[in-house]
Amino acid sequence: MAALGGYEPVIGLEIHVQLSTRTKMFCSCALAFGDPPNVHTCPVCLGLPGALPVVNARAIHAAILIGLALDCEIAPRSIFHRKSYMYPDLPKGYQISQYDVPICAGGHLGEIRIHRAHLEEDAAKLNHIGQSGRIHGSEGSVVDFNRGGTPLVEIVTEPDLHSGEQAREWLTLLRTTIRRLGVSDVNMEEGSLRCDANISVRPVGTTALGVKTELKNMNSFRFVERGIAAEVARQVALLEAGEPVVQETLHFDPVSGSLTPLRSKEDANDYRYFPEPDLVPVVVGKEMLADARAELPELPAARAERYAGKLGIEAARARLLAFRGELGDYFEAVAAVSEAPASAVATWVELLAAKVPDGDPAASPVTPAALARLAELAEARTVSAGAARTVLDRLAEHGGDPAAIIEAEGLGALGGQDTLLPVVRAALEAQPEAAAKLRDGEMRAIGPIIGHVMRETRGRADGAEVTRLVRAELGV
Amino acid sequence: MIDRAQVLHVARLARLELSEAEVERFSSELSHVLEHIERIEGLDLEGVPPTTHVVDLVNRLRLDEPRPSLPPEVALAGAPEAADGGFHVPPAAA
Amino acid sequence: MSLLELSGARAAEAIRLGEADPGELWSLYRERAAGDDLGAFLWVSDEEPPAVAGALAGVPLGVKDLFCTEGVPSQAGSKILEGYRPPYTATAVARLEAAGAPVLGKTNQDEFAMGSSNENSGFGPVRNPWDPARVPGGSSGGSAAAVAAGLVPWAIGTDTGGSIRQPAALCGIVGMKPTYGAVSRYGMIAFASSLDQAGPLTRDVTDCALLLRHMVGEDPRDSTSLGFPDGEIALPVGGDLAGIRLGVPGELTGEGIEPAVRERFEATLEIARDLGAEVAECSLPHAEYAIAAYYLIAPAEASANLARFDGVRYGLRKEGRDLREMYGRTRQAGFGDEVKRRIMLGTYALSSGFYDAYYRRAQQVRTLIAGDFAAAFSSFDFLVTPTSPTVAFPLGERVTDPLAMYLSDACTVPMPLAGIPAISIPNGLADGLPSGFQLAGPAFSENRMLQAAHVLEGALGWDPTGAFTREARSASAQARPEAQSRGQNAGPDAPRR
Ligand SMILES: [Mg+2]
Ligand SMILES: [Zn+2]
Repeated sequence: MAALGGYEPVIGLEIHVQLSTRTKMFCSCALAFGDPPNVHTCPVCLGLPGALPVVNARAIHAAILIGLALDCEIAPRSIFHRKSYMYPDLPKGYQISQYDVPICAGGHLGEIRIHRAHLEEDAAKLNHIGQSGRIHGSEGSVVDFNRGGTPLVEIVTEPDLHSGEQAREWLTLLRTTIRRLGVSDVNMEEGSLRCDANISVRPVGTTALGVKTELKNMNSFRFVERGIAAEVARQVALLEAGEPVVQETLHFDPVSGSLTPLRSKEDANDYRYFPEPDLVPVVVGKEMLADARAELPELPAARAERYAGKLGIEAARARLLAFRGELGDYFEAVAAVSEAPASAVATWVELLAAKVPDGDPAASPVTPAALARLAELAEARTVSAGAARTVLDRLAEHGGDPAAIIEAEGLGALGGQDTLLPVVRAALEAQPEAAAKLRDGEMRAIGPIIGHVMRETRGRADGAEVTRLVRAELGV
Repeated sequence: MIDRAQVLHVARLARLELSEAEVERFSSELSHVLEHIERIEGLDLEGVPPTTHVVDLVNRLRLDEPRPSLPPEVALAGAPEAADGGFHVPPAAA
Repeated sequence: MSLLELSGARAAEAIRLGEADPGELWSLYRERAAGDDLGAFLWVSDEEPPAVAGALAGVPLGVKDLFCTEGVPSQAGSKILEGYRPPYTATAVARLEAAGAPVLGKTNQDEFAMGSSNENSGFGPVRNPWDPARVPGGSSGGSAAAVAAGLVPWAIGTDTGGSIRQPAALCGIVGMKPTYGAVSRYGMIAFASSLDQAGPLTRDVTDCALLLRHMVGEDPRDSTSLGFPDGEIALPVGGDLAGIRLGVPGELTGEGIEPAVRERFEATLEIARDLGAEVAECSLPHAEYAIAAYYLIAPAEASANLARFDGVRYGLRKEGRDLREMYGRTRQAGFGDEVKRRIMLGTYALSSGFYDAYYRRAQQVRTLIAGDFAAAFSSFDFLVTPTSPTVAFPLGERVTDPLAMYLSDACTVPMPLAGIPAISIPNGLADGLPSGFQLAGPAFSENRMLQAAHVLEGALGWDPTGAFTREARSASAQARPEAQSRGQNAGPDAPRR
């Protein structure tokens, strides 16, 4: 933060979430990706003359679920507007969106406040001629309307974020939250979760907002973090040099790390919004709300609270498990069959996650029952902490039963006077300097002794037991 | 009153490439029409709700059930320039 | 009675009873429509007569160009859609076809329904069968002229600010704009979505009721459609107007009405009184703002509705080096003057900084106008006015003055703003040309309105075949005291009894 030289970044996010309904927002074409171009179109989503939109009930339901998950007010009556701009990916020349009365307003997720969340339709896809691999005589693009009309929920935060890292962590929470609702794949790489950021900086201690820029099309969590960090640094450098920040839209190139202004559409801000006369208001009554509430699963923020509170898991780890839904789910599965305390189970889940590809333990050969057993064995000191990690490595590689691995590899804890005391004595003899320091009460010197014992026992000794024996032997 | 600059701005928004003569003519014709229209400026409309729909309908929703789409050759049948299974358009900027 | 003279309902009846041959009827009208010298048709079917089934029993139908009709040119009178054949059929047309009415042809219209004279068609004007030097009215001018000239037994059109009623009046036929939401708008190429409504143009009120019966209905594809809530549209029967209270709004019947038209209007009010109606003055205090509100709302909606004509997926395209040039050239070449004018006006009214002053205020005025009607209907069953302040005017007379053209919609614009139904029936000749008598009623009062209109029609005794032949037309033209007597008493063009 030192590099920010007394400036505070102020960041707000605009997130588009593609809903995974079966059909499009305003027509009955199937939602499907990866098919040949223009096989999922009809008069409505092609914008043919005379065609009219009809609202997908499931999209309304999904938007209500998202609104409830974000603690928003659900508008008792909301309407759609037309947002006009002509571009080939927008077949009607306007996008049907919500404007002054969105379906969800206010709310928060974690400590970040939500300004609003509204429903709209996605644009079609423009494939540049080069991409389609055919020389056409002239350059240009080819429009594919398969994606056009996909339901979107646009979520707009208040400018409550202050770093790229925080934005990334919060987006992870948002993704898990929406994934738990089952209303979207929320996959940034595939475009079902898209994030733009509004970024400004201001001197620490001031409240007025600086000139903001808009950072578009960051298509991974990492790029969100890096893009925001790069833009914050750019703005601070400008201000330090006494130059103004210009309001503009920027594109972050993750390869070069550079920020380039997008060609400005000179009339982009004159969208000529007016109420969509082809659609009637959406009224969310008690029944629709009750249906949605009944469907709400436990959400990450609540889960994190429960883990940290009732289960006594350390706060940062509780958030990690809850915000990364797949970790939380795996944790639940292990905890359900383990006698070990939840906090110990949580530690083992985190350790396992670090060892498996994509960080998803469910994708590893380690069954929840195996990890549960390992946690129990470690807790009972049947296996030392160090040896238990070796067992975890074996499990992560090939799966199997921890007890059998301990047996086969002779990893069982060396406990008790008879086995361990001779090794401890040998260690004290082999490390006379450390032994002398210990006799003078300098307990820090126990490290080399424990290290020696562990080497001799291949990690099977229990560190606490070694300490106890050293103290007893030396009378300290 | 709508002046020349406004006519050009509006034509640009509406993606109309007006001729010079049309710019002049629309400026005068639209000003004339707007003079009549501006009589509503004198009305006291305090507290009058706007009417966006004359029908008192809400929640005309559709079940999320797919129906057959158009065959792509039908979708593309009217295209002035089809290419690669899609609708060809010139580049955004020359 | 010859086949040609049979109204739609009677032809259906005759076919059902085996008294008329549907193939012969189809051929008769196919030939007449194909030989059209009024410019009323843009496309005429060359198919064999379809099989006869249903209540409309094979009686051919004229369909305004802007109704999408699968595989058939559907161009909304615009060059930008020249030759466009949609892959689907508008709900209103599909319903009529399902009821047994085959589509004989697509009728000419003002481009995108923008106009009151049919001079704004991209495919040439339509001529009034009563005087080919005059306009048929618009925008459903082709449908009105075709019915009036006996080129088709009946037809459908759309009404946004009077586009069914005004041409019906100027051509001497019946035209009705139903309550907004009664007929599905799905497949109607949109002009102003919150105002557009499809309706019949027919020789008499019974035909109007019969066609409308088979047009109305809720449509899951049109979120603003309601259908007809009170059972079905009833066919009118004889009777009188006893107890019917007719209000005459001073604001729509005062200045601007041509003397001959006024005279016909007042004569018919007398007839209504004779039939038992109570006739009294009433007021629509905000009607004077209707044109202003209409010419903000309709162009604003149109500016968005017409944004889809971009040369990408269908219709005309003029190449350009880049997107903007292609858009600009395509739309410049494809749209006519009036359409461009309204796109400009609507875009301006919605553009940044003007929305509150224009569009929002217009929507508020709409509330006041609907309130005026509601207040009037607490004392009256129907409000009555001349449909158009003038009879058909000469081609070219008003093309240079858009505002004058707009102001001529004064009697028909307030109703769509309030979403209420209105019908125009022939009200005899004024200065030798047809004039219209309009009744407007509360939402979904169609059955009562058709009944009242039918009673009046019977008393007026209009002959709907008056312009069927060139001879009849020229006879009527000769009988007409020409321009020198316009505005004077046009004499007793007495309704034939
Ligand atoms: Mg958006
Ligand atoms: Zn579709």
